[in-house]
Amino acid sequence: MPSAWDVELARTIIDRHLDLEGPVLPILHALQETFGCVPRDAAPLVAEALNLSRAEVHGVISFYHDFKSAPAGRRTVKVCRAEACQAMGGEAAGRALLTALGLDWGQTTTDGAVTVEAVYCLGLCAVAPSALIDGEVHGRLDAARLVALALETGR
Amino acid sequence: MIRIFVPRDATALAVGTESVARAIETEAAARGERLEIVRTGSRGLLWLEPLVEVETDQGRIGYGPVAAADVTGLFQAGFLTGAAHPSRIGRPEDHPWLARQTRLTFARCGIVDPGSFEDYVAHGGLAGVKRALALGPAAVIEALTASGLRGRGGAGFPVGVKWKTVAEAPADRRYVVCNADEGDSGTFADRMLMEGDPFVLIEGMVIAGLAVGATKGFVYARSEYPHANATFARAIELARENGLIGPDVLGSGAAFDLELRIGAGAYVCGEETALLESLEGRRGVVRAKPPLPAHKGLFGRPTVVNNVLSLATVPWILAHGADAYAAIGVGRSRGTMPIQLAGNVRHGGLFEAPFGLTLGQIIEDIGGGTASGRPVRAVQCGGPLGAYFPPALFDTPYDYEAFAGRDGLIGHGGIVVFDDTVDMAAQARFALEFCAIESCGKCTPCRIGSVRGVEVVDRIRAGVAREANLHLLRDLCQTLKLGSLCALGGFTAYPVMSALTHFPEDFHERARPVAAE
Repeated sequence: MPSAWDVELARTIIDRHLDLEGPVLPILHALQETFGCVPRDAAPLVAEALNLSRAEVHGVISFYHDFKSAPAGRRTVKVCRAEACQAMGGEAAGRALLTALGLDWGQTTTDGAVTVEAVYCLGLCAVAPSALIDGEVHGRLDAARLVALALETGR
Repeated sequence: MIRIFVPRDATALAVGTESVARAIETEAAARGERLEIVRTGSRGLLWLEPLVEVETDQGRIGYGPVAAADVTGLFQAGFLTGAAHPSRIGRPEDHPWLARQTRLTFARCGIVDPGSFEDYVAHGGLAGVKRALALGPAAVIEALTASGLRGRGGAGFPVGVKWKTVAEAPADRRYVVCNADEGDSGTFADRMLMEGDPFVLIEGMVIAGLAVGATKGFVYARSEYPHANATFARAIELARENGLIGPDVLGSGAAFDLELRIGAGAYVCGEETALLESLEGRRGVVRAKPPLPAHKGLFGRPTVVNNVLSLATVPWILAHGADAYAAIGVGRSRGTMPIQLAGNVRHGGLFEAPFGLTLGQIIEDIGGGTASGRPVRAVQCGGPLGAYFPPALFDTPYDYEAFAGRDGLIGHGGIVVFDDTVDMAAQARFALEFCAIESCGKCTPCRIGSVRGVEVVDRIRAGVAREANLHLLRDLCQTLKLGSLCALGGFTAYPVMSALTHFPEDFHERARPVAAE
């Protein structure tokens, strides 16, 4: 479970990275690891610690697909939509999952159980189609298996 | 004690290798057999994963693909002594798919334990860096140049020339950056190497550091590769404990240390200047060149930026000599290329071979055609920015210049196979859509042209003013190609134009075969 917002905890996380060369991305990753997202209130703290403008920090956060403004669902299903998976029916499998959950790409079920995200290549291109579910990789999927895997512990 | 080798490569994990490893442990315990299970990377015969190997007096005997449910049967058949079983493939190195390869960069991958520095050294590791220390920086760079090694990330720039430029650039400090942002669909060689033989990449980076006078290196890897990152982070620790990196590299007095950095899901950060921006903590926006990163790279300092495969090939070249490497290959494409066969292909995996095979040999002989059993209709070479080749061009030799001559690129070595159910107009649309999603926004053709391109393809597919829109699409591709700073915008023209040129019928109404599933 992600931690609730905590200014002091955020400051500690930021301080831990200040010795690095180019600390912004490591800080943002660490904040997201702890809070499940990069909370809105974290940007000014990062800006202050690194002597950057808030706009610059916001610009970095919003540039990268990984950084979220709100925590994802309890289970995150990243479905590969790139060419190798397309060649093996990945699009149909992804569609089936979205239909089963009533979602579009990047959305979370209303009960907060499952988030489905598109990802462009997991490097599992020889066992396509593939997905990354809560950090675990799955290959040789079809629609039925993908839906089953996504729902298995998602509720 | 009998040793069993079970891969932990992400591809093997994706097809159930963990449950196989657990089943082997359970079964062995039940039978009172004492086993040592060694976790390795993958041999690269990915359709055979999970591929389990047993050490016998005839060598390592492979069985694959193995499911957890097969394990009891394997024990009953006597696989601990290499006995016959339907999944037995014999010694992997005798398997035709491996026997036909020339494994230089991937010589150890799938054989050694990536979590053991001792294993690395026992299998010839460190020979390259020791040779580099004996030769000295200038001779190392000379050897690299003489080897003909070109950047394996896609651009194909001579590695020795780049290193020389960095070494000669005046600076208070220099950097070595490894581009491990392997975002191209159909490629997984960087990932496999970081999971299967991480120390060879570290050794290559140390050699680069010694050669150009850099004391700090960064590996910029992907958040989409959590397993590779975990293995590599551990390898960095072990390399430091064993003195390969740190304040005194192998007792030479030279310092070089290494840090692993993780990207955040931006494809464009695979472009070297966007990568440097990202490492510095900014938006991954492409820089205009010049200045080249070799002159003004990371934090404005001279920087070697090389792909994983380029750096991981350096130790072999130094250990075996530049001539041995240059003796392999064709034309100006020297050495080997780790080709990655993916998508709808029967025998997918990593095939390291000298340049010069034809595309047809790679797809048909090595890949065995499609996994679906249907005819091959198109193959995309070189990732999402690479051209689609029809079977009519399968006589193209696999080398940088021959591919360029056919309006394509080999890129990072990925080949994605499609059968005859593919809709090439949809693939062209996807290329533009992907460009729109991943554009850093710096150049107008890429930022706006990609969005307009998707709309134009939609109009063509809907039959709206088709000829005029086809003309517009070609014109737009030309603008993308000539008007973009980096390869994302510039090369998006390749998949689109190749689809238009080789599969024009898909941009008109056509009866499309439907896959049986």
